[in-house]
Amino acid sequence: MTQDQALFEYLLRLGDNTLVLGHRVSEWCGHSPVLEEDIALANTALDLIGQTQLWLGLAGEVEGKGRDADQLAMLRDIWDFRNLLLVELPNGDFGQTLMRQFLFDAWQSINLGRLMSSTDPRVAEIAAKAGKEAAYHVERSGDTVVGLGDGTEESHARMQKALDYLWPYVGEMFLSDDVDAELVKAGIAPDPASLRNDYDTLIGRVMETATLTIPDSRFTHKGGKTGKTHTEHLGHVLTSMQWLQRAYPGASW
Amino acid sequence: MRASVEQIWQWLDAVPDPEIPVISLVDLGIIRDVEWQGDTLEISVTPTYSGCPATSIINLDIETALRGHGIDKLEIKRQLSPPWTTDWLSDKGRARLQDYGIAPPTAAGGPEACPNCGSANLNKVSQFGSTPCKAAWRCNDCLEPFDYFKCI
Repeated sequence: MTQDQALFEYLLRLGDNTLVLGHRVSEWCGHSPVLEEDIALANTALDLIGQTQLWLGLAGEVEGKGRDADQLAMLRDIWDFRNLLLVELPNGDFGQTLMRQFLFDAWQSINLGRLMSSTDPRVAEIAAKAGKEAAYHVERSGDTVVGLGDGTEESHARMQKALDYLWPYVGEMFLSDDVDAELVKAGIAPDPASLRNDYDTLIGRVMETATLTIPDSRFTHKGGKTGKTHTEHLGHVLTSMQWLQRAYPGASW
Repeated sequence: MRASVEQIWQWLDAVPDPEIPVISLVDLGIIRDVEWQGDTLEISVTPTYSGCPATSIINLDIETALRGHGIDKLEIKRQLSPPWTTDWLSDKGRARLQDYGIAPPTAAGGPEACPNCGSANLNKVSQFGSTPCKAAWRCNDCLEPFDYFKCI
């Protein structure tokens, strides 16, 4: 694997995370429990899709085959997606959506913080831009997890259930493979495993305030970031996200 | 004869932000550089938020305005770094936001006063508002909801 091949894979991972999560979050548009939350979720989705344009745009440039961000997003099939399994999981209820958001935002803000000092200036400048947005997101999703976790008996029970369901998907964020090793060597990206301490500290603090219990197990589902085994849910996401470009190739308006 | 860089900044200061038309693109702090490269004018623009849907309209508005002033050869470059910050809002822009009913950003992370009645008795409705750059607040005295320009 050359360094550019590894970088291309890595950029797909970053871009597919924000693309798939952005699409998932946008599914709430018009359905949220209250108007303000609807607007907040739509804004979060918009930031994530904007970040996708930057990451996948750079991925296309690094690949050098003339594919742009739109083509990468809309014309790849499931086995070419490199997002974490966590972000493709269904929204569930509002609490589960916000729990998933917080578990992702916490990792995303820490990872982008490291990427800001990447030896590749193109990566560093996107990370600096996206990092500001991620910092805002994690503040909001963290506050909401606390509000609902330490809320009513009903909201607490739902948040604990969401955490129990999502927790086995968290460990995938910290798994390393050849792609990561190549980029660590070049100083382009951090070793995923090295983010775990900061992550556990942040998550631990928020869950404690939220009166929620982090499951004791470190078992993790995997296969999303390598593309080996996505869940059945990703196909459904892509069907709704890509149908227009698939039905009317090259359509624009 | 080509227009001076100062003249071009003035022209750009007359181009309104498409979503908050009381302030100009220059007030918003997103025009990072104006430079002649031979007979081509290069304008560096930085996005406010990476997904802001106004970005493409902003580029179109810049082009339309400058073409109207007789500039044919124009290149608009996207500049990501350093990332946009609300510290770059001009004083004129901050005052106009306030007059328009949008509380300007503060380092404290929340509005200083209600833009309608001036009260400091405020509460946050949501960290997000009608556009990516704003949050929703409400005044507890006059009870009016208002936008706060997020500080980033």
